[in-house]
Amino acid sequence: MSDHTPGFSTLAIHAGAQPDPTTGARATPIYQTTSFVFDDVDHAAALFGLQTFGNIYTRIGNPTVSVLEERVAALEGGTAALGVASGHAAQHLVFHTLLEPGDEFIASRKLYGGSINQFNHAFKSYGWNVVWADPDDISSFEAAVTPKTKAIFVESIANPGGIVTDLKAISAVAKKAGVPLIVDNTLATPYLWRPFEHGADIVIHSATKFLGGHGNSIGGVIVDGGTFDWTASGRYPFLTKPRPEYQGIVLHETFGNFAFAIACRVLGLRDLGPALSPFNAFLILTGIETLGLRVQKHSDNALEVAKFLSQHPAVAGVNYAGLPGDRYYDLAKTYLPKGAGAVFTFRLKGGYEAGVSLVSNVELFSHLANIGDTRSLIIHPASTTHRQLSDEQKTLAGAGPEVVRLSIGIEDAADIIADLDQALAKL
Amino acid sequence: MDHDHYADAYIRSILSEVKTIAIVGASANAARPSFFVTKYLAERGFKVFPVNPGQAGKEIAGLLTYATLKDIPEPIDMVDIFRASEHVPQVVDDALALSPLPKVIWMQLTVRNDEAASKAEAAGLKVVMNRCPKIEYARLSGEIGWTGVNSRTISSKRPLRLGQGVQRLSLDRSGWKK
Repeated sequence: MSDHTPGFSTLAIHAGAQPDPTTGARATPIYQTTSFVFDDVDHAAALFGLQTFGNIYTRIGNPTVSVLEERVAALEGGTAALGVASGHAAQHLVFHTLLEPGDEFIASRKLYGGSINQFNHAFKSYGWNVVWADPDDISSFEAAVTPKTKAIFVESIANPGGIVTDLKAISAVAKKAGVPLIVDNTLATPYLWRPFEHGADIVIHSATKFLGGHGNSIGGVIVDGGTFDWTASGRYPFLTKPRPEYQGIVLHETFGNFAFAIACRVLGLRDLGPALSPFNAFLILTGIETLGLRVQKHSDNALEVAKFLSQHPAVAGVNYAGLPGDRYYDLAKTYLPKGAGAVFTFRLKGGYEAGVSLVSNVELFSHLANIGDTRSLIIHPASTTHRQLSDEQKTLAGAGPEVVRLSIGIEDAADIIADLDQALAKL
Repeated sequence: MDHDHYADAYIRSILSEVKTIAIVGASANAARPSFFVTKYLAERGFKVFPVNPGQAGKEIAGLLTYATLKDIPEPIDMVDIFRASEHVPQVVDDALALSPLPKVIWMQLTVRNDEAASKAEAAGLKVVMNRCPKIEYARLSGEIGWTGVNSRTISSKRPLRLGQGVQRLSLDRSGWKK
């Protein structure tokens, strides 16, 4: 097309995909192959030396996966992306590219529990030290900055839901500290929120959730905003020092504003190995084609359900930023004009026992640990994902004994509400 | 001419029209961008002439290297400049002294000199600044998507393979009228 900039729905269907050069296949083929033949020895050398674009081996890159990468980059408004095996793998590669042993990063303490575990335990064994800050108190981020700080990490809409992060304010802290701001945009998706427009430098996704959207594939994506000047600070040697693995190439000099995505691929994915399977990439791509339609419906349904719950006598309170009067309502108006997403929590007057009963009583909702499925999902964190924590720790994590988390699907809103209504009636 | 933003059609017309390219500042070091831009463009069918006084008479990426633009024995369509911005005026003056005149002055990523650009444009040349022809070719052909880079293009037309290689694409697409 000409220099007209396509809209979100058009990009969701077309970005990154083109008819197959050899067969003319219009849907993106599943290139289910480990390896790709070289034209000749010189071509192989050029590929391995990063001197030309092309495919070598599916651990490093694959033409089905690369369509997903370009598509998510386009939807987020980034310069490039990297598809990996899971959201956790995405975080692993991002921090591997930025941090050296002994470095620190600041993370919001309101995160997906799996990320809290990864940062507290797995990353500490690498010498990457997390410093926790409170997203409701921006000064706690400023106070956490030290000369060892290399990055700031937050979720846009934070799990277990209902929390909206003030990205512009946290971006200002990152810029002052001279470090990149990493935003996990899994719960919002680029349909509701594009963090690069509010100061993010790197966006990551668990594509397992709304991007794939059908609860059938684990995957992750790293998106490079192309906004951070790696050379200015000189504190990120993977990007600014000659790389012995590649004959002394300097990645930022060579790849400019998509150097971070390249570094995650050629220094992270290549050597640590969490590659995304082409089949999963295909399923996630197919899901993305309807991302805008689905997320709007998810979000519209969630608002209906949140309104219903907020008026139910068995419910002590609802944490959904789309509800007027919610503590995050104003931030949601600023950052999420199309809707506040589909994942939120509510509190039962009946406490722990009521939570356990509710997940047993539902018949449409599925009791499981995922979010962002077409199906409506329910979990009682205190008896499952957060079971090992003390009551105080549970409450701090937003997972007190009376808390239930919902991920609202795209069934008919009336049926979702009817299921909760009958399940609450049995408490 | 707006040098902060270039229309894809402008870049595509340049890369489709030029056949011969002089690379001023080409390096013999295989880790330098100026080396593999030279190599990449040659592999995409352009006739490429490295220019580097220190390497004159030797080969860079298998191509005979010249000391100056005027030493190149055939007409040059495009002069691609791999020199710091302050050295651009001299290169443009050298280019404008050629006969026949080149059609295009191209300055690499991070290289920009608006005064020299105006001078070249006044002489009828097209100018591109702060861009890489390798990235632009790969973006417009579709090759760059293999690396997960946002090409900022979409097309329902089938890309065409270039030459005998399996992993090289043309700037043209099936069904396009030339």
